[in-house]
Amino acid sequence: MAQDNAKLVYDRPEALVDRAHHYCPGCGHGIIHKLLAEIIDDAGIRENTIIVAPVGCSVLAYFYLNVDGCEAAHGRAPAVATGIKRVHGNSKHVLVYQGDGDLLAIGTAETIHAANRGENLTIIFVNNAIYGMTGGQMAPTSLAEQKTKTSPYGRKVADFGQPIRACEMINTLEAPVFIERCAVNSVKNILKTKKALKKAVKNQVEGRGYSFVEILSMCPTGWGIKPVDALKWVEDAMIPYYPLGNFRDR
Amino acid sequence: MSEKVLMKGNEALAEAAIIAGCRHYFAYPITPQNEIPAYMALRMPMVEGTFLQAESEIASINMVYGASAAGARVMTSSSSPGISLKQEGISYLAGAELPAVIVNMMRGGPGLGNIAGSQADYFQATKGGGHGDYHIIVLAPGNVQELADLTIRAFDLADEYRIPVMILGDGFLGQMSEPLVLPKPTGKKFDKSSWALSGAKGRDHHIVYSLRLTPEHALEELNIRLQERYAAISEKEILFDTYRADDAEFLLVAFGTSSRLCRNAVNILRKEGIKAGLFRPITLWPFPYDELEKAAEKVRMVLSVEMNAGQMIEDIRLALGKDKDIQSYGKMGGVVPEVDEIVEKVRSYGTR
Repeated sequence: MAQDNAKLVYDRPEALVDRAHHYCPGCGHGIIHKLLAEIIDDAGIRENTIIVAPVGCSVLAYFYLNVDGCEAAHGRAPAVATGIKRVHGNSKHVLVYQGDGDLLAIGTAETIHAANRGENLTIIFVNNAIYGMTGGQMAPTSLAEQKTKTSPYGRKVADFGQPIRACEMINTLEAPVFIERCAVNSVKNILKTKKALKKAVKNQVEGRGYSFVEILSMCPTGWGIKPVDALKWVEDAMIPYYPLGNFRDR
Repeated sequence: MSEKVLMKGNEALAEAAIIAGCRHYFAYPITPQNEIPAYMALRMPMVEGTFLQAESEIASINMVYGASAAGARVMTSSSSPGISLKQEGISYLAGAELPAVIVNMMRGGPGLGNIAGSQADYFQATKGGGHGDYHIIVLAPGNVQELADLTIRAFDLADEYRIPVMILGDGFLGQMSEPLVLPKPTGKKFDKSSWALSGAKGRDHHIVYSLRLTPEHALEELNIRLQERYAAISEKEILFDTYRADDAEFLLVAFGTSSRLCRNAVNILRKEGIKAGLFRPITLWPFPYDELEKAAEKVRMVLSVEMNAGQMIEDIRLALGKDKDIQSYGKMGGVVPEVDEIVEKVRSYGTR
């Protein structure tokens, strides 16, 4: 029972739909969705925001965020978002949510060219080093020697190349205004992620141009380890190869 | 009265799209339709529209998908190999029930083929093209005037039925110059406010999607709805034309560029006293099965004339059954059928 003098200190963000999500225990998508919802609420842009969801585990993001949503074919989210944005101009804010297979394998061309055009978009790139939805296959960001369903002996760089670093690649282009790599494996890192996402959204609202936020995230199911160990794997295995930090802030 | 202008087919189509209210055009260069992006690059800034040369055919069709989801009238154009690349996006447009206009100025295939006009994508255009149970409306203009007129119609059909519409021309039609009267906009209004993405202000959020995994979003339900829509389109939107077909004993069946040659052949044959006529489907999907059956009721022979190995002939057989004598005359690889050969085919049959 609420006391008369009770003060509401925490509530579900308006931009988050009140329904159970399908993500596995320990998955990072839920955290990232909530950060986005809080940022959308804080910026007061819920009624002017459109999220483009990728093919991958987060395809159903449009069911969880209480904003207009658009599904994109695998890898094509930046192109779909470009189409939406060119119609609405800066009166609507388009968030592009993508995973590593989507953004760096099948959709590499769309990623590079949307960035190079400097589309006024916010790209949220969730890098968990694996294809989660299809059952744990090797991603373009899977680490060297990482065991997956399609690299059962570990990722051999002689055969499959080194994992791709997205921020560093985007950072070679002229147009982007904001590039940062974050992680959601600790409270400290989650708070930094929120700050980066907030800036990336603000840039779009202010019409400043293309912002790219890479978020290292956990996939304990795909990695075949416990959620707690997944937090540690991000810290010990991923972050050394994918250094956190800001690459550009214009 | 409106003035006649001389325009290339590709340019007439582009101007007609602008007249129809299309303000967003995304494409990738490919011959023989390059006049369309060049025209749009010049014209769109004048009407405060968007011209965007995409990084690929795949990106351009997905930009079309996004712009359509946002409620805009939008078009892309390409030619055969490029249209193959767009098929994934066309299937997604169909699955998400999004309107769009897609132009295919066909060239010779398979593979990279050549850059001459061809009709070899009939199957791809009319039988689905991409994955899944779906159709798109396919319009096949026979001259530059009709190309412009059908472009206007294509946008209205797309919006009315929330369906992708393809204008299926070929390299010859796109490149030829003919006088035409530029069409007027129909002024039809289509309310997209119940589904388009415009921000969830004072309403539930809209979602444009085709992934359907749960009973509340059953895929079968979407499929049934699409099939009902296709049935309605087949009922109401058939277009065809006939030429001297009323008393014909020999009926040529052809669409687009090959139908122009058939008209000449019919005239030559008629001068010789041979009763030839032409049936020209304008909607290739939906195909005018009943109309063709009626037109062919009393003819001795039907000759399908196509710039391919004989693809439309399968629909002609569906319309006419096994009892009718149906012959095929097709030229492949971007080669145009000879009028003399069409005439000879009918003449030799007639004197049998």
